[in-house]
This record gives sequence, C-alpha cells and structure tokens, in this order.
Amino acid sequence: MHNTSFPNLGVGIGLRVPHYRHILEKKPVCDWFEIISENFMVDGGRPLAVLDQILEQYRVVQHGVSMYFGNADPINREHLKKLKRLVKRTNTPWLSDHLCWGSVNGRYSHDLLPIPYTMSVAKHTAQKIRQAQDFLEVPICVENVSSYAEFKQNEMTEWEFLSEVVERADCGILLDVNNIYVSSQNHDFDPFDYLRAVPHHRVGQIHIAGHRRYDDIILDTHDHPVPDPEWALYAEAIQHCGHVSTLLEWDDRIPSFDEVHNEALKANQFIHDHDLVPA
Amino acid sequence: MTSCPPKLHSLADLRELQRSMATALMSPLTRDDALRASFKDSAQALIQPRAKLDSFDRLEIYARQYWFRLLDCLYDDYPGLRALLGERRFHQLSRAYLAAHPSESWTMRNLGRHLEAFIREQPKLTGTKQRIAIDVARFEWAQVLAFDEAALKPLNIDKLLGSDPATFTLKLQPHVSLLALDHAIDDWFIAVRNTEHVSRSETSNARIESRALTKTKRVPLPKLQKLWLVVHRSGTDIYFKRLDREAWLLLHSLSEGKTLLTAIESALADATFDRDWSAQVREWFQSWAALGWFTH
Ligand SMILES: [Fe+2]
Repeated sequence: MHNTSFPNLGVGIGLRVPHYRHILEKKPVCDWFEIISENFMVDGGRPLAVLDQILEQYRVVQHGVSMYFGNADPINREHLKKLKRLVKRTNTPWLSDHLCWGSVNGRYSHDLLPIPYTMSVAKHTAQKIRQAQDFLEVPICVENVSSYAEFKQNEMTEWEFLSEVVERADCGILLDVNNIYVSSQNHDFDPFDYLRAVPHHRVGQIHIAGHRRYDDIILDTHDHPVPDPEWALYAEAIQHCGHVSTLLEWDDRIPSFDEVHNEALKANQFIHDHDLVPA
Repeated sequence: MTSCPPKLHSLADLRELQRSMATALMSPLTRDDALRASFKDSAQALIQPRAKLDSFDRLEIYARQYWFRLLDCLYDDYPGLRALLGERRFHQLSRAYLAAHPSESWTMRNLGRHLEAFIREQPKLTGTKQRIAIDVARFEWAQVLAFDEAALKPLNIDKLLGSDPATFTLKLQPHVSLLALDHAIDDWFIAVRNTEHVSRSETSNARIESRALTKTKRVPLPKLQKLWLVVHRSGTDIYFKRLDREAWLLLHSLSEGKTLLTAIESALADATFDRDWSAQVREWFQSWAALGWFTH
C-alpha cells in the first residue's frame, strides 16, 4: 500500500454537533469532514439523518475510536459488521482508527491506551489490522496516539513499532503530529526523530490539534488552536510526505465553525511553502 | 492478584498486562480522585518512571481519565436523575454504579443500561427518593433508546384492519418504550429541562478533566400519579405520550407477542361499559399506525 491509495482531499475539520446547524443551513465551503464512526454506528434517529444530509454535500472520511487493534482480545465481528454498514453508507475512501488497546475480557475503558512495543505484539496487532481491512474492503490508516505512560516491557521505540506494524499489515498511517509532539514532551524524545523514521510513503492522512500543558505533563485535549511547535512539525511532515489530506481535530470548548475552519486552513500556508521548494 | 510479566512472550502475557492495567483504571478512585495506593506495585511492574512523573502518577492519569469520561457520560444522559438527587448525590450514585457495572459495550451509549436495576438493589444511594429515582431512570433510558434505535418499515393500517384478530400479531418499533410509572415524570422532566441545556453525549477521543459541579435550579418533586406513558421518536425528535390505561395495556400485550384478540380482551378485562370500546380501539389503532409504531 502506498499513499496513492489515499487521495489528497485537502484540508478538512472534524464534524462536531455544535456545528451541525451552521453546516446544514449555510453549507460553508470545506474540503472534507472527518466523522467519528461510533457516533453514527446506530440504527436510526438524528445521527443518521444528519449524516445523510452532510453526505449529499460533502466528502466524508470515517475515523474510529473503538477497534482497539492492540487488544489481546480478538477483533469483535459484530462491531465490524456495524462498521461495514456505515462504510457502505458514507462511501469513505479510507478508514482510520488508533494504534492502541482499550478493552480486555469484555470490559471497556473507552480510552486510547498505549500498546507495549514488542515484536510479538506488533505481529499480533498487524494481523488484526489485516483482518479488519479484508473484512471492511476499504484501506485502513492507523493513527499514533498521545500517551502518558510507556511500558517497562517495551523492546522498541514507538516509531519502530508503528513502522513494523504498518509494514506487516500493509496499511496506511494517519500521522497525528499533535500526538507525536505530546508524547515527545511526556517521554523526552525528539519529535523530529519520530517524524523522520516512519515510512512516509504510507502516510495517508495527517491530524493536527491543540493540547493543554500542565506542570508535569501535556494532555491531548483537542481544545485549543494548534501551537507553533506543532506547525513546525507539520511543515516537516509535509516536506517528507508531500501533499496529504490534513484534518484539524477540535473536540472540547469548540468555537464557531469559521474559527475552527480558519485554524485548519493555516495548513495551506505550509503546503504552499512546500510547493515553492524546488524538487 | 498476579503481577504483570516483566517480558511479554505470548498473547497470554499481553492479556495479563492489559488485565492488570484495566484493573487499576477501573477500580474506584479515592475521595480526592486519586488512584488507590494499593496499585503502587502494579504501576511499578508496568510503567517506566521518568524525571517528571513516576510510574504511579502516570497510571493515575489514565485512571482519572477513565472515571471522568464515564462519569461525564452518565452526567449527560441522566439530567433528570441529576436534578432529582442533586449533583453530589448523583455523583455518588454514578461512582457506585460504575464500580458495580463497568462498561461492557464498545459504545458509551449503553452505559446506563443497568442503572434502574442498580437503584432498586441499592436503596441507600437514593434514600427517600428511591421510588421516584427508579421512574426517572427508566424514563431517561427510554429516551436513550428513542434517540437512535431503529425505525423499521411500518405496518400498513389496511393490513392490520383486514387481518384475523385471532391469529394476527405485530411488533412495536425498537425506538418505542412503554412505561407504567408512579409519578408524573413527563411534566416534571420538561420543567427540569427548561432550567438547563440538555443534550445527548457523543463520543470524542479526548475527554480529560473532571466536570465542575454546577448548581441546578430546584424544581418541585414530581407528583404521585399513575402514568401510562409511551416514549418514542417521530422524525428525529423524542416525544412522550400519555395513554389511557386500557390503551397502554393493549400495546403492552401486543409488544409481548399476544394476538390482537387476546391483547384487546385482556386490556379491556376491567373496562366499564360506559364507552364505545370498539370505536375507541379502532381510533387508537389508527393513531398509533399513523405514528408508525407498528412493524412486523
Ligand atoms: Fe488524532
């Protein structure tokens, strides 16, 4: 799989409830929207009615939070079937979820928990991504998560683990530069080392977002504009990966649609600068 | 409790690591929202300390995140119960409930599924308000269902009227709930809702901080009153509809798979003779079919 499997859709934002009315009434220009799959994996009602209206006007890509490829538990078939019904509805060109685990023995944390980075876990995780990809019949991108803990059991770095998994699964990467930055601060590594090490030809999408800095830790809160050090990472990512669909996530203390959209559109400046650099 | 293996050799080891971490995250926090000190050993077996934060602090971040995220979900889905009990008591109930019923579903939408039963089993948590709390919990769970359960292909009224009542059965739409309540919860809920903004929660991948307690305006307690209620969806909106006792009993029998004839007979078993029941039943069916409540 190469990033030609992931067409460049431009710069989009995450579809969120406070913006529904504005989007449906004003139909603002926006390259694409990312939806959280789980919010629409329902059997009826307002979520699906809104989604169908959005689909009439916009390109939509699905982003999930509950596939948990890193779970020791096997992949949940019923969950995959529901997801596939949604894939058929949205016609999503690819689908993303996180490189994380989240439930064990049938109990759910509803969190994106870090995986222990070992070769055997990489093989196990890659196998589950392959199963999902085969069943869903749509390319998958896995996203690196923000983390606050590293396991003592780790045998490799996160970027080595990510690379190992995506090569074995033959899948794409949703590179979240905010998450790279947050984890680099929390675990004392150089985010540029991470950025340079991942297989760039597999990057199908980039996430940008804001976070919150506390005394001892940075939390991945998605409730701020994108800070400057992260834009620097983004610029470097574009240098390596070329034109890649870019999406701003804003999940809490959500400002107006225009404010969120304008923040996302700042990405165009870096894409433009990249185009000016001679090959 | 077995401790986590220092090296992961197998899938069983990975499961053990995940079980060990999940046990820490899902066990109740202390009164100050801290991870219990008894998880120090687990933290040390699992997590790399770094200059700024040690293993325990790092595990605690995830534990707090787990609890705040799930508490937030109940907070959003049960505004009525929250208004009835007050913020503090509702918070205590939520913590006790989640400790007894961790999430068993990939979606947080199902989190409140056992709340009514839990309130029944744990009378101390709601005290003198237990009876009302049971009604409110049922009413709010019915709204969760009405919000996004399926609306299947509705049954055609002509098919219903032309059927043989001795054999004909039908189903209610999944988004329709029939509730026999002991309090006038519907009017009360609307009064509560008017005092604050209420919206269903949705999944996002960032939910970090504990919610500050907010003061809600007191609404007088719901009146003691037998209520025969339907909670349902029409278009994309949720509605509550009061029914006559006989009408509710009729729908309830049908929802249990009884034939039309049996359902009508049992619903009208205690009915008085001062009404034209056959005209009444026909009128009911017409209005229910128009609302699309019936399916195959
Ligand atoms: Fe992300």
